Amino acid sequence: MADTIADTRRLFSKPQNLNDAYGPPSNFLEIDVSNPETIGVARTRYTTYEIRLKTNLPIFKLKESSVRRRYSDFEWLRSELERESKVVVPPLPGKALFRQLPFRGDDGIFDDSFIEERRHALEQFLNKVAGHPLAQNERCLHMFLQDESVDKTYTPSKIRQA
Amino acid sequence: MSFFGFGQSADIDIVLNDAETRKKAEHKSEDGRKDKYFLFYDGETVSGKVNVTLKYPGKRLEHNGIKIEFIGQIELYYDRGNHHEFVSLVKDLARPGELTQSQTFDFEFTHVEKPYESYTGQNVKLRYFLRATVSRRLNDVSKELDIVVHTLSSYPELNSSIKMEVGIEDCLHIEFEYNKSKYHLKDVIVGKIYFLLVRIKIKHMEIDIIKRETTGTGPNVYHENDTIAKYEIMDGAPVRGESIPIRLFLAGYEMTPSMRDINKKFSVRYYLNLVLIDEEERRYFKQQEITLWRKGDIVRKSMSHQAIIASQRFEGSSNPEKSQTQSNEEDDS
Repeated sequence: MADTIADTRRLFSKPQNLNDAYGPPSNFLEIDVSNPETIGVARTRYTTYEIRLKTNLPIFKLKESSVRRRYSDFEWLRSELERESKVVVPPLPGKALFRQLPFRGDDGIFDDSFIEERRHALEQFLNKVAGHPLAQNERCLHMFLQDESVDKTYTPSKIRQA
Repeated sequence: MSFFGFGQSADIDIVLNDAETRKKAEHKSEDGRKDKYFLFYDGETVSGKVNVTLKYPGKRLEHNGIKIEFIGQIELYYDRGNHHEFVSLVKDLARPGELTQSQTFDFEFTHVEKPYESYTGQNVKLRYFLRATVSRRLNDVSKELDIVVHTLSSYPELNSSIKMEVGIEDCLHIEFEYNKSKYHLKDVIVGKIYFLLVRIKIKHMEIDIIKRETTGTGPNVYHENDTIAKYEIMDGAPVRGESIPIRLFLAGYEMTPSMRDINKKFSVRYYLNLVLIDEEERRYFKQQEITLWRKGDIVRKSMSHQAIIASQRFEGSSNPEKSQTQSNEEDDS
């Protein structure tokens, strides 16, 4: 005598709206870190990077933005996020203090290959952080990504969507 | 004196009367080995023979009594000294005296209550066994025979589906549904995940079955989690309005029925864990408890027509005519 075979037919689902199926996904977020430029002369030189953001997430005020930031700005962002949010913030590429010592054979921290390594790691860092649902609630992240300049005297707060 | 190696000794052997016909079930032991033991259900009689074989024929064996016990006990690994016996029956086979030759004793434990299922876990073990003992002044001779007990349940009267909407505000909203809340061990989990809002980049989604063994009471409660199964149900990024089906056959996994507060000593519970993983390896999950139960392999012949229809209805067979003909065939045979 055979056991009855279990009913494994799929549960009913609403058919998908074609706009939803073929339209742009609502999770579009692209961040590029590029165009490193070294500004200044001699001992006061520093490198800035272009941060270009394209998105359709409603939590970002601007759907497209482009700002320039330096390594110490990234350090500021990381410490703000660690303090203000519950996110486990990924590490930044190293400070490269060694490279800042004199009498080096190469260009130190202005060496092309070093800058490229750092650029790539900063891009990975930003993509990881900006895509985190909790980090997206932090004012410091939005200021870093989309405001003209970073105001380090700001008041930390959470973004609330209407 | 037996410790000089000259004294008489005996070997004990326990044989069940229905050893030829009784089914055996596999059961994993503490060290992971799988062995087969005789399978018993609650209320069944345990009967058989105890063979006491003298090591040196011709020599007498003096003893303080021969008995057989049927024991059901719970053993917590962190408290090995204290066995908690919840079933303890004893039958005296011989009064103190002496055996002049090997002898066989009959025993019967009638309609023994076996309220819980045999279980060997990470921190606790529940077992049933027969123990025959020849008591002696200095050292007893005993032999144990382990048996396995399964607890059977009937189809639950109420078996509602699990349906819930969960998510992270403005980031990810899903509605998940599982067709039942109580599944038998050879059942199929049929469900679906419906995406209402997707603002994160999902890489894949899986469903895990987690077994949680809880031992101890009050402040000394200890949970042991074990992921029994990991089953990927989606690979790729879903969008709003998409529905992902779930079909997970439970027969392929080693699971026990859910056990709730067994003799106030331990519990074994099962959870379905729905896990979504995004492009940055972040995990989003929702755990939901399910109840597992053991279905009996009852021969359909003995079931009434009504009972057959009722049990098929729970399986979801949609064709009432089909079940009608099936039972007609059974009535004829």
